[in-house]
This record gives sequence, structure tokens and C-alpha cells, in this order.
Amino acid sequence: MVLVVLDHDGNRLRKGSLEALTRARRLAEAFGEKVAGVLLAEEKAPVEEARKYVEVLYTATLGPYTAERWAAGVLKAAEASGAKAVVAPSSRQSRTYLGRVAYALKAGLLEDTLDSWAEGGQVYATRYAYLNRVTEKVRAPLPVVLTVKPNTTPLAEPLGGEAEVVALSVPEVPTVEVLERLQEEKKGVSLTEADVVVTGGRGMGSAEAFKRVEELAALLGGAVGATRAVVDAGWRPYAEQVGQTGKTVQPSLYIALGVSGAVQHLAGMNKSKYIVAVNKDPEAPIFKHADYGIVGDVHQVLPALIEAVKKLKD
Amino acid sequence: MKFVAVIRQVPDGESRLRVQGDRVDLSGATMILDQMDEYAVEEALRLKEKHGGEAVVVGFGPERTEEAIRTALAMGMDRGVHVVYEGFADPVAVAEALVEVLKEEAPTLVLTGGQQADWDSQALGGALAEALGVPVVAWTTALELEGDTAKAKHDLDEGAEWVRVRLPAVFTTQQGLNEPRYPTLPGIMKAKKKEIRKVVAAVSPKVELLAQEIQEKARLGKILDGKDPVAAAEELVRLLHEEAKVI
Ligand SMILES: Cc1cc2nc3c(=O)[nH]c(=O)nc-3n(C[C@H](O)[C@H](O)[C@H](O)COP(=O)(O)OP(=O)(O)OC[C@H]3O[C@@H](n4cnc5c(N)ncnc54)[C@H](O)[C@@H]3O)c2cc1C
Ligand SMILES: Nc1ncnc2c1ncn2[C@@H]1O[C@H](COP(=O)(O)O)[C@@H](O)[C@H]1O
Repeated sequence: MVLVVLDHDGNRLRKGSLEALTRARRLAEAFGEKVAGVLLAEEKAPVEEARKYVEVLYTATLGPYTAERWAAGVLKAAEASGAKAVVAPSSRQSRTYLGRVAYALKAGLLEDTLDSWAEGGQVYATRYAYLNRVTEKVRAPLPVVLTVKPNTTPLAEPLGGEAEVVALSVPEVPTVEVLERLQEEKKGVSLTEADVVVTGGRGMGSAEAFKRVEELAALLGGAVGATRAVVDAGWRPYAEQVGQTGKTVQPSLYIALGVSGAVQHLAGMNKSKYIVAVNKDPEAPIFKHADYGIVGDVHQVLPALIEAVKKLKD
Repeated sequence: MKFVAVIRQVPDGESRLRVQGDRVDLSGATMILDQMDEYAVEEALRLKEKHGGEAVVVGFGPERTEEAIRTALAMGMDRGVHVVYEGFADPVAVAEALVEVLKEEAPTLVLTGGQQADWDSQALGGALAEALGVPVVAWTTALELEGDTAKAKHDLDEGAEWVRVRLPAVFTTQQGLNEPRYPTLPGIMKAKKKEIRKVVAAVSPKVELLAQEIQEKARLGKILDGKDPVAAAEELVRLLHEEAKVI
């Protein structure tokens, strides 16, 4: 079996799960195996939806997420299915608890892969290294644990059947006690899934100025991003940070407003299909990485951009 | 109490990378203590300063990693252990190589960077925690000791949370946790005399590196003058619509 970890928001499978399913099916086909799913929930999970995508579905309700509980759930499902390959959508959380899983299985860990395939009984993958600047090809024998970088893979279609659902009994493990969740209010599309990202940097000048960034993002059906300087200033939440310590995004269109283009920021967005920069300093490093740009003051250019997009939409 | 920071040496993100054949060639790169691990070193120092005990830096990697261990010692760490290994080791193999040393040290807690700036791996914290059979708190932004537990704030994929964890535990570190100090001149002098114990690692890599290449996407570089913001904005939107076809 190839085991897919199905990530979800309680109601729906996340897009990343459908990408992971596609990758898992490719491996399963090469190994002549079936695809099993594991659906771990804090409280509720989209069991009926998930059943449509796999041949067996393992489920468990584990209470608040912790790396230990999720690792235990995946390990139990791996044991129950006899899976030699575990495939999951890549996220900061999955990359943490799958570190545990990989160690427990003594598995080759292929993190945040762009592509993956099987050949001669081994699993091959491509991924970025050196702050996203290098593309490397790696290989591992089974067992493997593989995470799938968002927006790299076509989405899987349902199989047309309804999988048998097997409830796992996951052992209690020593873990952290969650004291308080600090939820961020969610607006619009999620940053890592968005096809358009509009990021404001320190050049925006204030938290209030981000209203305009939000407006442009909404017009383009995209998400708002931020640089570390902006997060440090408290203008935007950390969840919006793009870069080495923030999220990695690879949208079709990345618009950087008042962003200098530090390497740690580039690490999170330099693989975007098109990069647009607006900066008043013609020497700003971001222009070296831009497809299109405007040398100008964001406070003048951004409102003009919003108007121009509105005009185009009419 | 004993606070252990696990560190590695990586190329400075600002330095130019070259590929020779099909491998990254680091011979010309400036090598530094991974900035993410720097937060781990700083936190170990702060915990020691507040609660007493010892702050130990454990470095993994080739001979040159000793420079990064010296940097940590110059920041104030008490002593170092260098687990020497030339070559690439995936995080599971690194954790296997470190587990004996860490068990011997029996630390109150272990800190390491949230992501490595060379292999872009985020898994070492989780793998180390599994190796030690203790919980992991990833992407920590606040940490306080309370008796034999720690209270920590850390980031999730969305939002953040406060947790309490019984020690020992592993914490991965990042920006926001602290501001790493610079080594002082006296610190650098003292570091030269501090002990670095060398351990030859038993490493069995699970992942094999086949090839590396630098694929810089060629960018169009069409930069418009924004003296007339309205005209520039309209031209940009036209290009994005008609040429790039992304809006
Ligand atoms: C370990 C580590 C991890 C890091 N991780 C990240 C990360 O994940 N993400 C990240 O973003 N950074 C990260 N950084 C920080 C990074 O090095 C930069 O400091 C940061 O990206 C700078 O943000 P900025 O571009 O908004 O600000 P600045 O560098 O201050 O740039 C502001 C830009 O705005 C322009 N500007 C100013 N006013 C205007 C105006 N009116 N109109 C137009 N342009 C204007 C300026 O010309 C300038 O280019 C990290 C650093 C370290 C050490
Ligand atoms: N992300 C990676 N994956 C696999 N091997 C790597 C990676 N990064 C570096 N290596 C190789 O591992 C060896 C030692 O790397 P380093 O410790 O960075 O000097 C060199 O042969 C590198 O090319």
C-alpha cells in the first residue's frame, strides 16, 4: 500500500491533499499497490469526501493537533496498511510530525518535493535546496516518507467508489498540552494555495496602507503576503510572512510592493511564474528578480494599479 | 540544568552559489552558523543566564563545522561537541548520528533551527524528538521554564498557540524568539580555549543525492518609469493581461 495523509479543514479536503493523492497514485501504480488514506481529525473530518479518493480509509479523532498525536496516527495507519510509502501535502506542521514518522520508520525523507516517481524499486524526487536557489534530484529506497510542495501537481479525481472506513485506535503518547489557540481571522484564499499573491513590504509605511494591498489582492482573487520587516513592525500577522522563515509561495503572479528583495524573502517567492515589483529605489535588488516593475512611490502607484485593474474588469 | 543547541554550518544566503559538474561547490562560499540555529544558541544562553547550569553546543557536519561551533562558543556557550561527518546526511540519519551524544548529555531541553539554509529541511527537530522519545515544539517564538515544564508559544500553519510541555523536549527556533547576540572580542578569545569534543559519527544516509543544478528563471526585467503613476499602472496592467496573461 501507499498511504496518503489527507489534510483538511474539518469540512473539506485541502487542495494539497488532492495533489498528494496524484503523487501517491503514481507510486502505487509503479509498485503495483493500492492507495490507502489516513484522515486525522481534531473533532470532525470530511469522511464521505475522502472515501471517494482512496481504496481504504483509516480515520482517527485525536483532539487538538500536536506533532506527537499526528505522528502516532500516521504510524498506526502505516502499520495497519503495511504501507512502505507515506505521501502527504507539505506544510510546516506536516514537515514537523513527519520528521518523527520518518525517524520511527527509518525511512528516507523526501521533503517538499516538486516531482516524484518510482524506478527500479526506488523513489526519486526533485526538490529545492539552498534557500530555494538550487534544484536537486534525490533518491531513496523504500520505505519513504514524501511531502508534496503545494501547486506542483495536478489534482486527483475521485475513484468512483466508496472506500471501506477503518477506525484506528491510536495509542496515547506523551505530548504537549495545548493551553490556548491564537487563531488568526481567515480572509479570502490561503496564501500557499493562491494563484496571485500581493505582498507589501516596509515601503508600505504603515498598517493602514495595507487596506489598499488587501483591495488589490481581492480584485485579483489573490492573497496578501508580507515581509518580515512588516511582521516585525506588527502591521501584519506572521501567517502572512513570505520567505525563509515564513511561507513559500509559487503563484502565477507575485506582486511585491515596497519590498527590497532580501535573499531570505526571495527564498519564499523566487519560483513564482511572474514577479512584479513596485519600488521607489531603481537599485532595489527585487528588480533583478522581476519580470515587470514600476519605479515609483507605492502610495501613488498602488491606487493607480487598483483603478487600472478595475477598468480592465469592466 | 543543561541547555543544548544543535547547530550546523551553511553557506551565507547572500553569498553566490556555484555548481561544479552536478554538485553545489561551496569552496568559494562564505560559511556561517545557520541563522536559524543562531536563535537556538541565543535561547540556550538566555536560559542558562536565567536559570543557571550549562549551555552546550552540538554541531553536526564536516571538519569546517568547527568554525560554526567556535562562533557559538564565542557567543557564550560553555563547551562544544562536534559530531564529524563529511558528506550529505538526511535529517533521519543526522538524528541517528546525534542520539547517543544527546542521551549522554541528558539535557533539560534541546534547541535547533526550524529550517536548514542548505538542505532546506525542516525535519531535524521532529526527528531528534522521536530519537529521544520526547515531544517537539516547532517554530517556537516564546519559551519560559516553569519547574520541570516549559510554557512555549509556537506557530502553526495557521495561527499560533501556547503549549505546556514536560521536559525534556525539543524546540525548533526562528525569528521572533530572541535577537542573537554578536560574539564580542573577549568572547572570541575565550572561545579559543573552550573544549570541543570530537565524535566520529556512525551515519547511514537514507537519501542519496544524485544531482544539483541552479535554475535561475530568466526574468523579463521590463521595468517602467513611474513618474506618471497612472500611465505606468495602465501599461503594467496591459502587459499582465495581454503578454503574461495572468490577469
Ligand atoms: C534568519 C533570517 C530569516 C529571515 N526570514 C525572512 C522571511 O521569511 N521573510 C522576509 O521577508 N524576510 C526575512 N528575513 C529578513 C530579510 O533579511 C529582510 O530584512 C526583509 O525581507 C526586509 O523586508 P522589506 O523588504 O519589507 O524591508 P526593507 O528591506 O526595508 O525594504 C523596503 C523597500 O521599500 C522601498 N520603499 C520605501 N518606501 C517606498 C515607497 N514609498 N514606495 C515604493 N517603495 C518604497 C525601499 O526602497 C526598500 O527597497 C530574514 C532574515 C534572517 C536573518
Ligand atoms: N540538499 C542536499 N541533498 C543532498 N545532498 C546535499 C544537499 N546539500 C548538500 N549536499 C551534498 O552533501 C555534501 C556535503 O554537503 P555540505 O555539508 O553542505 O558541505 C556535498 O556533497 C553536497 O553536495
